[in-house]
This record gives sequence, C-alpha cells and structure tokens, in this order.
Amino acid sequence: MAPILEVDNLSMVFGGLRAVDSLSMKINEGEIVALIGPNGAGKTTFFNCVTGVYVPTEGDVYIQAPGATERRSIKGLKPHKITEGGLARTFQNIRLFSNMSVLENVMIGHHHRLNSEVFGAVFRDKKTREEEEKVVHDSYEILKKIGLENHVNDLAKNLPYGAQRRLEIARAIGTDPFLLLLDEPAAGMNPQETKDLVDLILRIRDNEKISVLLIEHDMSLVMNLSERIYVVDYGKLIATGTPQEIKTNKEVIKAYLGEEVDA
Amino acid sequence: MFNLKELRKSFLTSLWFMFLTFPIMVIKVNTITDTVEWRWRNLAFVGVSAFILSFVWRWALDRRAKGGKAKKDGIGFKATVLAKTNQYKLPGLIGIGLLVAILPFFASMYTTSVLTTALMYVILGLGLNVVVGLGGLLHLGYAAFYAVGAYTYALLHYHFGISFWVALPLGALFSAVLGLLIGFPVLRLRGDYLAIVTLAFGEITRLVLENWNDFSFGPSGIANIARPGIAGIKMKLPQATIFIYFIAIAMVILTIFLVNRLENSRVGRAWEAMREDEIASQAMGIDLTKTKLLAFSIGAVWAGFVGVLFAAKTTFINPASFTVWESIVVLCVVVIGGMGSIPGVVVGALVFTLLPELLRSVSEYRMLVFGITLVIMMIFRPGGLIQKTRKSYKFKKEGDGE
Repeated sequence: MAPILEVDNLSMVFGGLRAVDSLSMKINEGEIVALIGPNGAGKTTFFNCVTGVYVPTEGDVYIQAPGATERRSIKGLKPHKITEGGLARTFQNIRLFSNMSVLENVMIGHHHRLNSEVFGAVFRDKKTREEEEKVVHDSYEILKKIGLENHVNDLAKNLPYGAQRRLEIARAIGTDPFLLLLDEPAAGMNPQETKDLVDLILRIRDNEKISVLLIEHDMSLVMNLSERIYVVDYGKLIATGTPQEIKTNKEVIKAYLGEEVDA
Repeated sequence: MFNLKELRKSFLTSLWFMFLTFPIMVIKVNTITDTVEWRWRNLAFVGVSAFILSFVWRWALDRRAKGGKAKKDGIGFKATVLAKTNQYKLPGLIGIGLLVAILPFFASMYTTSVLTTALMYVILGLGLNVVVGLGGLLHLGYAAFYAVGAYTYALLHYHFGISFWVALPLGALFSAVLGLLIGFPVLRLRGDYLAIVTLAFGEITRLVLENWNDFSFGPSGIANIARPGIAGIKMKLPQATIFIYFIAIAMVILTIFLVNRLENSRVGRAWEAMREDEIASQAMGIDLTKTKLLAFSIGAVWAGFVGVLFAAKTTFINPASFTVWESIVVLCVVVIGGMGSIPGVVVGALVFTLLPELLRSVSEYRMLVFGITLVIMMIFRPGGLIQKTRKSYKFKKEGDGE
C-alpha cells in the first residue's frame, strides 16, 4: 500500500540556519508515528512546512488519500488547500478561536466542505438551512466523541486547559482529515489527562480511521502510543524505528543526554 | 458605606481637586484694571462636587466588582434574566417601531434631520462592524467609501442627471469595488499596520477629491444635488426631509436584517475565526484571501449606500465632509457600542450622534463631557454598551441519534 504522506528530502533554511535538513518520512495508513527530538531540533518547523505555513526551501511533500490512485505534491500550497487535501493539525501553543463557542470552533473545521456563500447567507434557502443543520449536528457528534458535549455553548477560552487541548483535536477532526498532525498534544497535562489523551488518540485512529503524526516530549506517551518513531536533532534525522529500537539507540541517547566522557 | 474612612477618602479627594483646579477656577487676572479677582465661590463648588462625585465613583466601582462575581457564580441567574428580556422584546420593538413611524410628523424639521443623520451613522456603524467587529480588521479609512458613494451620486447626477434610486446601487457597487482594490495590497497586514495603511488610503481619497478639479470640482464641491423623489412628485423641503428620514429607516432595517443573516452564517463564522486567529483559521481550511476581501467589500457596500443618501440629504458635498475625523467617529460608534453586536452598534450610533446635539446648549463644555463619557465607558464597560451574546444551541442528551 502506498504511504499516505511522503516527505522527500525536505529542507527549510532561514538565512544561514538549516532548521530542517533533508528530512524524509513516510507514513502509512492507520499508523501512529511520533516525531521526537530535543528542543529546537526543528520538529515544529517540519510541521509548518508540511501544513503550508512555510514553503520548504528544498524537497517535496506528497499526499495520497486512502483510496486515491496517485500521490500529489502539496509543496507550496496555501494552508487551507492542504487542509482540504486531508491534513489537519493542532498547535503547540493552543490557538483556539477563544471568543467563539466550543461548538462554533468545531463548525469552523467543517468550513471547507460547505458551499453556502453570501447569497445563501442572505436568503437562507433550503440548501443552506439543511447544510447548517447538518454542520451543527455533525459538530455535536464530534464533541460527543471527544467528551466535550457538556461544554457546547461555553466560550472556548473558558474551558480548562486539558479540555482546550482536546477541543483543538475536535476542531481538527472537523476538517475530516485522513492524517492528523498533533504538535505536543500532552504539553502541560497531568498524568491522568495524558492517559485519557492516549486513549483518545487510539480511539481516533481505530474508530475514525485517521492516522496520526505527533510531536511529543512526554516519553511515556510516545513509547506507549507510537508504532514508529523518527528522531531529529539539529534538523537532521538521526534515528528511526520502533520504540524498542529507539530506546537503545546510541545516537538518540547522545542527542538527549550528551556524550559519555571517558574516565 | 457612610463610615468615617469613606468620608475621609472623599474629603481628601475633594481637597486634591480644589488644589488642582485652584489656578484656573479661583484666580482670575483682570487685564484691564490690572487686579486679581479671587473667586472663592468656585472653590467651594469644586470641593462639594468632587466630594459627592468621589462617592458616586466608588459606589459604581464597588457595584461593578460585585456584579462580576455574581455572574461567575450563578449561571441559572443569567438564564432567567435572558428569558425576561425576551418577554419584553416584542412589545418593546413594536413600541419603538410606532414611535419611529410617527415621530417626524410631530417633531420639528431640525429634529427629523438630526435623527436622519443618526440613522445614517447607524448604517455606517453596522457596515464598519462587519470589517472591524466581525473580521477584526482595524479600518481607519472608512470615510473614503462613504465619499465614493456620495461622489458617485453627485457626479452622475451632475453629468447625466441620474436619479437617486439608480445611484443607490451604483454607489454601493463602486464602493464595493474600491473595497476590493484596497483589500488586495493590505492582505498581508494586520493590526496597527493595517490601520496605518487604511488611514493613508482614506486621506489619499480625500486629497484626490480635493485636488483633481476637473473631475471632482475640488474643494468647492458639487451643489444642487437632487433630493430623492418618487414618480416625479415634487416635494417641498419639509416633506423631502421626512421622506429621507423614512428612506433611512428602511435602510437601517434592511441593514440590520442583512448583517444579522451574514453574521449567523458560514461567511460570518469565517470572519470571526479570522478575527480570533488568522493562522489557525487558515489551518482549519478558511481561505484567508477570499474572506478578507469579502469583509472589505461588503463593509464598503453600506458606506456607499449612506454616501448616496448623504449627498441627497445635504444636496451639497465637498471633500471636507470625508475627513479622518469621520472615519474615527464611525470606529468609535462600533467600539463604544460593542464590537460585533448589532444592538450595541445601533445604540452606540444614536448616543454618539444625538449626544453632541443635546449638548449644544452647553457647547463650550461639549467636548469635555464627550471625553469624560468615553473615559467612563472604557472603565466600566470596556466591551461596549451592549456586548455581543453568542448564539447557543440545545441538544437532547441521549438517544437523539439521527
């Protein structure tokens, strides 16, 4: 089976800094893959390149939706086009629409799959009304799955921290992706919340058939959840493999803990 | 609250104010006789007022602090209040409607004219509300669109004798096109940078109108613009004033209807998402370019409408009517009224245009009262007079399925 995301020798250069240095990656359908590395290794930059926030300096990014017959390049496309293509993301520092209600946040996720324009908004014809009803209903269903159904009318900014993180995931699912990119989803969560998050991500993969690529510093989460791990340091890929392989990899230990000094 | 501590606080406040105002309120040099007048009565006046006002001030602050707590604690309380307002909503609206309908037949022409101006600001405010309140794009050149509407009617009438009713959609169209044109270069800007560019854009438009004599007749403007009529009936000034008043009413109703519909739609949601976070909204599949341009041009449509109406009402326009001050006033209407809130903007516009008229009798102090009102507003209701309430949804808990 062809990979759903294929990153080919991607580089991102800011002035003299190679934030991402010829990184390649393949993600297959149904996988949960983790991208780890020390702070400043270029993980978020990599995410931004894939989702269109930055245009990568070199290399290419291809997607192939499950069931599609050929892959297509998404390099240089605007972020909203990439979202339409089936990639959805969350942000490291929460970026919710804080003065909108929880439900409306998820409804925004559906935006690109709706068709009503100014005409529909003004005349509120039958098609528009049905569309709106469906969005409200679908968004509510997503919130139920994520466990936020008691907060539908709350403002996003009034949610507790953990719930805000989950709302970001709900909003991303609203865009109907086949691959979800999570940027440090467990940052700032307590152990119980992290455990719930692991269950949630597994449910998303198994029930919604959405593959997951995640950046995370919480090693217990990474080791429990992911099937494959990519490790980057200074923008370069230093190791890749299963959690077991990564745990014992010398390069990885060096990157995280520094080199052993001979006595 | 009348304990000794409070009294001492107020006493100190009044002493401080007496000290501060002493040089201007008490000492007066008579330059003719070269003597100094000591107006001690003024000092007493300042002292007593400051004493009383400081009480009122602290009472208001206190009330506000308590109010904030009550809201956080009891959600049920809030819900009952909402239900109550709904109960009075319909009779209230009918009452206002009746009052609005019969008012011009009893009021003087001056009052009607002032009210028409107020209504025009309501429309302008609602239009700018789309750009600033919903789209979050700080726009300081709104008067330019207003000018385009006015000049569209004035010039087309002057050259081709086009009637008000034909000019109305044309003015809106030209204004929307200009909105698109200004939208393109500022697509990548936001916040203060956007404000500066739109400010410059507004000024450029005004300066072009002022200096391009062959096109716009420069500072001397265009006179003898026809008032609106129907089916060739010639109206005298009093009737025309009332007629324009009703046109303005109709336009306000139409605008409220349209803005409300837009706000509660896919388009409105996209605007609000853009206001909240541009990067996140893009990542959620919103085409930022399209959404921004749409906000600019739709906002401009109403300025175009009002511009045509303005030209028809005053029958004379020149560039001096479309200065930065005009843009600022409309922006104040939106901010004071409550960003994104339709009733807020309506009330804000009425307050902002009627207050100066009511204060005409004490016109020396008008700006002072105005300033104080703004400061008090910003302290006690920073979110505007009537804040926006979000639409809420009710779902059945279990077994609603499909």
